[in-house]
Amino acid sequence: MIKVEGLTKRYARNVAVNNISFEVEKGQIVGFLGPNGAGKTTTMRILTCFMPPTSGKASVAGFDVLEQPMEVKKRIGYLPESPPLYPEMEVIEYLTFVGRLKGIPSSDIPRAVDHAIEKCALGEVRIKLISKLSKGFRQRVGLAQAIIHNPDVLILDEPTSGLDPKQIIEIRELLKELSGSHTIILSTHILSEIEHSCQKVIIINRGTLAAIDSVENLTARLRGAESVALEIGPSDGDALAEADVQRKLEQVPGVSRVIAKGAKDGLCSFEVESLKGRQIRPDLARIVVGSGWNLNELRPVGFSLEDIFLQLTGSEAKAADGESK
Amino acid sequence: MSNILIICHKELKSYFASPIAYLLLAISAVVFGFFFYSATAIFVVRGVESQMMGRGMPMDVNEWVIRPLLTNASVIGLFLIPMISMRLFAHEKSTGTMELLMTSPIRDIDIILGKWLGALLMYACILLISAVNFVWIFAYGKPDWKPMLVGYLGLLLQGGCMLAIGAFISTTTKNQIIAGGATFSTLLLLWVLDWVSAYETTTLGKVISYVSVVTHFEPFSKGVIDTKDAVFFVSMTFFGLFLTARSMESLRWRA
Repeated sequence: MIKVEGLTKRYARNVAVNNISFEVEKGQIVGFLGPNGAGKTTTMRILTCFMPPTSGKASVAGFDVLEQPMEVKKRIGYLPESPPLYPEMEVIEYLTFVGRLKGIPSSDIPRAVDHAIEKCALGEVRIKLISKLSKGFRQRVGLAQAIIHNPDVLILDEPTSGLDPKQIIEIRELLKELSGSHTIILSTHILSEIEHSCQKVIIINRGTLAAIDSVENLTARLRGAESVALEIGPSDGDALAEADVQRKLEQVPGVSRVIAKGAKDGLCSFEVESLKGRQIRPDLARIVVGSGWNLNELRPVGFSLEDIFLQLTGSEAKAADGESK
Repeated sequence: MSNILIICHKELKSYFASPIAYLLLAISAVVFGFFFYSATAIFVVRGVESQMMGRGMPMDVNEWVIRPLLTNASVIGLFLIPMISMRLFAHEKSTGTMELLMTSPIRDIDIILGKWLGALLMYACILLISAVNFVWIFAYGKPDWKPMLVGYLGLLLQGGCMLAIGAFISTTTKNQIIAGGATFSTLLLLWVLDWVSAYETTTLGKVISYVSVVTHFEPFSKGVIDTKDAVFFVSMTFFGLFLTARSMESLRWRA
């Protein structure tokens, strides 16, 4: 549905997005994760035809953003970081205007407006001035604006920013409801947001792609699944049979996989992965010692999503801070 | 075409949803009303005087009242037009709604023309308020209505050209006050350019005084449609809108 190849956006002095490539399939919800200033908004603005890329290609539903922007715009609903609202209009008046702007035939507009109002639970404020609305309602009007023409692709820039927890849950529910028939890209810097709503995560940092992974893989790590590095030596000087040790380790409850890392100086190294939420380190230690081997090392090497995120984004940011000083 | 009307409709609505439209209409009504009063008062006094002198020369109401009033109306326009045009793009840029317009399936030129047309209609409403005064002249005298109509046509053409310049300036900033101030200074400069024409004999001097928006309005106030002047206003309007389009395009590249 969305295809981005080697996308680069350069401003006068700095590179906002550098050679990013990814693909999003129809019906997926994709989370766009990155610290502030990573290039999330720039990428979204290129996809919505707000600005052209410096180089590289981006296409939505098979239409190139540079060559057929009108076709792309018809298929996209876009909620920018601050919802684009006219404070002097009433909610219903505003949605009617946006409906016309998006090219909905005038006979269908009342129905489309009602539908958007219902989806975003705006019934009680439909004839209120937008300037009188609270932040949460404004965000929802912004969302209603994005879905009013029933676009194939929804691009939402931090849709839950500034909302209270209850509103965040409501928006999350709404997104789940919309997925399937819509392809959704949403950006955020809140990690749990991604875990709840998205199937796929794209992490970008300082304009470059840091990781693309499914949420299952990332949340598996987040939920405490860990991998443990083991180094085992023989206690009585005899060489260890690596295969025997591996078989023993695999029998420990909670272990999902054992990878042999090879032997060196009579010491065998393994990497043991646990199932979600299982503590395997005590059992591993017990079985090694119980079998009469020496436990030279037992070290967790698993990351949480935060760790991954910070590792991917933090060190470079620090380096850049140093440079700029 | 329908896209232009959607934008135009929205612009007109937002003028009248905010106090700005009523403020502009009120200023126009009061100031033009005063001009009208003083022009007719002078006309009446002069008329009585010339009768007392025994000459009884018939005085032309078109020449004595309507023509100076039309010129005055264009001066009021100089002050009011920056107030109409300043919010056109600056407001959208500051509220972020520019992003909505620019990511909607509608061409940039539709946005520009719609906004310009909305502003022009707003200006037309202001002119309409001033025209109410002339009802009195028709009630008590027999003025020729054709030159008056031509005068209003001239005002509209002149207004369209000044609004196009104002629209361009409004795309360059997020701040309405800056847009308004810069538009006013630019229009004022264009206004006074012909002051040097009397002393300037060089080609450059002639070109500069030609650009003045005042000299091209004069024939209209006399009831004369001169193609040269109409073409000037129309081409200036095109130039202003062309600059607006370029500026919007650069907004995409820089934004």
